[in-house]
Amino acid sequence: MTEQPMVRFDNVSKRYGALTVLNGLNLEIARGEKVSVIGPSGSGKTTVLRMLMTLETINDGVIWVEGEPLTHMQQGGTLVPANLAHIRRIRAKIGMVFQSFNLFPHMTAMANCIEAPITVLGMKRADAEARAAELLDMVGLSQKKDHYPSQLSGGQQQRVAIARALAMRPKIMLFDEVTSALDPELVGEVLQVIRQIGREHDLTMLMVTHQMGFAKEFSDRVCFFYQGKICEQGPPGELFGAPKNERTRQFLHAVLEAG
Amino acid sequence: MGIRTLVAMLFVSLAVIAVLATQATYRLFLPGLLQGAVLTMEIAILGSLLAVIMGVLAALARMYGPAPLRWLATVYVEIFRGTSALVQLFWLFFVLPQFGVTLDAFLVAVLALGLNVGAYGSECVRGAIQSVARGQWEAGTALNMSRAQMLRRIILPQAFIAMIPPWGNLFIELLKSTALVSLITLSDLAFKAQQMNQNTFKTIPIFTLVLLMYLAMSLTVSIGMRLLEKRASLGLARGKAA
Repeated sequence: MTEQPMVRFDNVSKRYGALTVLNGLNLEIARGEKVSVIGPSGSGKTTVLRMLMTLETINDGVIWVEGEPLTHMQQGGTLVPANLAHIRRIRAKIGMVFQSFNLFPHMTAMANCIEAPITVLGMKRADAEARAAELLDMVGLSQKKDHYPSQLSGGQQQRVAIARALAMRPKIMLFDEVTSALDPELVGEVLQVIRQIGREHDLTMLMVTHQMGFAKEFSDRVCFFYQGKICEQGPPGELFGAPKNERTRQFLHAVLEAG
Repeated sequence: MGIRTLVAMLFVSLAVIAVLATQATYRLFLPGLLQGAVLTMEIAILGSLLAVIMGVLAALARMYGPAPLRWLATVYVEIFRGTSALVQLFWLFFVLPQFGVTLDAFLVAVLALGLNVGAYGSECVRGAIQSVARGQWEAGTALNMSRAQMLRRIILPQAFIAMIPPWGNLFIELLKSTALVSLITLSDLAFKAQQMNQNTFKTIPIFTLVLLMYLAMSLTVSIGMRLLEKRASLGLARGKAA
């Protein structure tokens, strides 16, 4: 038996009215694979993550997670749109970190990290706190656990957000332009944390990024999105070193130009 | 206006009442008016409590309830916002008994004013909930929380702060509307004033005292709401100093 892909987009489309954001997307991500998604704005790359996190509905196709449909469920041999209980069961495998952090402002860093483990997973407070303390330590913020988000820098907030997502023990982590809202000098500390969890945790990672250097060094595969489709994909060495597609070449040229 | 100003105003209005009370023409009316003020406060407090409960329930039902509940909440809000509080009082007090349901006047006062203000309040609650950033819901979804969990733990605590100032307005509205209950046989502050005025024609002392008493009560509400707001936003504001 060949191993199930962790995530499979099967002919998935997303439209907003007349605007087609994603057009028949097919994408498989293997267990433990680190995939970077790059492309110009409006190419649908963030939508891919948002659909997988169930923040967006899809218009066509099916998204599969570990061989089970996420957006649908089996009923009498056919696939019907999933109900909430089904979605929540599958969604438990996925965590996401956002461009704008989205920490809960009325909670300390620690409270942010234990909220869902307690309310959703039903963990005991002491266990949740121990786990959160470990994760906050890993992202280098054990000193700041009692601080509120407004007392933290952008980089620190984003690291708390990463710890918060990991506290739910996801198998898949989604990173949506997680350094785009940061001052340049804070980008490094966040990327360092992502590198570390990539090494230490057996996570499948899908990230939308504008950090080409990071995508090149960190990913197993890079997908270049253009107009709602994967225009070109491959190992970072190939895609960055010798892009086959004209659009990819143009995009990379423009990005490198900007510097 | 800062809390200090409000406290100063409250202090001045109470002081003026105290000074006026040294004069016999004023002192004469004080016990009766205070009696009325107590009833006014009782109705205002219980009415406000009912208004908050109704406002929150109606807003949640309208935003997240199943169709029948949504419909019911909309009917409630439109009826109680769309007709005058006076008519609602009269209807509950004079019309309902015709259908065999007789309610105590005090209960009618609390019900009518609470339901009336609750209908306005539901819109404050709705606005406050909608003012919470969409990213907060998305973060909750990404943590696999249910909608009820998100509302209870993430959204409402943040919306609460945005609700405080408009609710302050509504509580003061409600306090002033209690004057209407004098028309359904209750001896509130306004009723006492009218009664004394009819008996003695001492219009100036009576209505000066009444004015100051209403002012003192509404200032107390304002101060309370300011303190609540300060306290509730403590966690959120803490970082600004850092």
